[in-house]
Amino acid sequence: MNVLVAIKRVVDYNIKVRAKPDGSAVDIAGVKMSVNPFDENAIEAALQLKEQGVVSHITVVTIGPNSHQDSLRHALAMGADDALLIETDEVLQSLGVAKVLKQLVDTMQPQLVLLGKQAIDDDAGQTGQMLAALLNYPQATYASHIEINGLEATVVREIDGGTETIAIHLPAVITADLRLNEPRFVKLPQLMLARKKQINTVPLASLDLDTRQRLIQLRVEEPPPRAAGIMVDSVDALVSQLIKHEGIFA
Amino acid sequence: MSSGQTLVMAEHDGTQLAASVYRSITAAQQFGQHVSVLVIGAGITQVAREAAMINGVQRVLQVDAVTLQHPSAEQISHIVLQMANAYEVLLAAHSSWSKNFLPRVAALLDVGMVSDVLHIIVPRTYQRSVYAGNLLSTVQSQDEQQVLTVHASKFKLASLSQTSAVIERLTVTGSPVPVRWISQTLNQSPRPPLASAKVVVSGGRALGSAERFEAVLAPLANQLQAAIGASRAAVDAGYAPNDLQVGQTGVVVAPALYIAVGISGAIQHTYGMKDSQVIVAINQDPEAPIFQMADYGLVGDLFSVIPALTAALSQANIN
Repeated sequence: MNVLVAIKRVVDYNIKVRAKPDGSAVDIAGVKMSVNPFDENAIEAALQLKEQGVVSHITVVTIGPNSHQDSLRHALAMGADDALLIETDEVLQSLGVAKVLKQLVDTMQPQLVLLGKQAIDDDAGQTGQMLAALLNYPQATYASHIEINGLEATVVREIDGGTETIAIHLPAVITADLRLNEPRFVKLPQLMLARKKQINTVPLASLDLDTRQRLIQLRVEEPPPRAAGIMVDSVDALVSQLIKHEGIFA
Repeated sequence: MSSGQTLVMAEHDGTQLAASVYRSITAAQQFGQHVSVLVIGAGITQVAREAAMINGVQRVLQVDAVTLQHPSAEQISHIVLQMANAYEVLLAAHSSWSKNFLPRVAALLDVGMVSDVLHIIVPRTYQRSVYAGNLLSTVQSQDEQQVLTVHASKFKLASLSQTSAVIERLTVTGSPVPVRWISQTLNQSPRPPLASAKVVVSGGRALGSAERFEAVLAPLANQLQAAIGASRAAVDAGYAPNDLQVGQTGVVVAPALYIAVGISGAIQHTYGMKDSQVIVAINQDPEAPIFQMADYGLVGDLFSVIPALTAALSQANIN
């Protein structure tokens, strides 16, 4: 069975992002970029399914300029079989990404598409569901456990206050939540090997899709900062401060 | 598509509306349009009646069938899409329920969806948070039809009306791609769920081991009826399971009281808890960045401070 894993390159989770001084955009110039952490869970899920013998081939795809190859190489170093860059300088939003992925799925016909549940930059959390809808495939979002038997996937999903278990027929779209697995660390020799691998590149324009932005960003700003706090010098002093606040205890 | 109507999709547990529905009605009213509420389920007459009594609701649409006991995202979006053309605005409170199906609806309407809106500035212009709330982004939708989820706590509860809105029962034709529902497990832990707990006690790498993480934090959490959280560093070190991780790559929390124990305050952690009402930081290192955002900071050895704090809270009869 073939799997397509879609990943996004985002500002690394250790970086404090700021708005540009004119408030026009998020300032990401010169900032360290990484694979979106939930997408790493998706890659890891594909790798584990391959190790179980369920999956035979893993293709990883991302959309962006040439610089996004580093995210694909990270996925190759983790163990993906091949990588595809849909090359563009445009910044696509969820709907545009879903349209691109739909066209790839129509061509490549994977039995399973894996994505992270959301990207940690725009926090939209839409792409997997949009893709499933456009494909008319069943979906299982926020997966914390995946088991595949033949053409049926049994998925435990994280929901508010607990979990839900559903079974869906493949082909399907599954989005990965944090609890699904612990993504493996990439060792330097694997990264060096991945550097030599071929990355297939397709210009976005050649797909002839309507991927224009539907949300125009007017302004980005930082939320008001927290008021400065105080240092206390003992447990008793801390408790006497806390009991002044009404309603903070359960 | 006809303009001038707003559809609110209402979450419920089969007998009662989620409290967030009352807040999403307030958000819906900001579009200044006729508001209809859609309830989907099996045997939900009571839920439909409850929705009809909310001020600002003109009409309730009840889709009620035995096959909708545990409706899938596929079923819900199939139903919504059959009526979507009549509405200019499709809206729900942001939750694991709504964000499962609403992007499907948006995609099939060819509309860009707006997730987790904090403020409706004017219709089609919204403020929402990005980077786990570290930045606020104001966006303007270019689509004629609007599909959005709203951050319920940012909107007031709608009040109850003296008179009931009209309830219409609808049937739906066709069936979507099947999904087999197997089971649901709600958290049985004696501790409240992390995402919604009123008090959270979180531990960092300074706890030193999984055993000490539990031994030090559990009594304090029990005393405060708190959920236990962890920093990513503590999770990576194996002291706590991944689902306890508070932060940009874990669970985002906003409790009334957040106690950070032995947590230095890495960006990705503070993104996930900075909206807490009162933040307490306890750390041995006076230079730890966590102190810059804490309302109360205490420099000390957590292995003596936390048991002392637990005892003092017990003595003060705080639980």
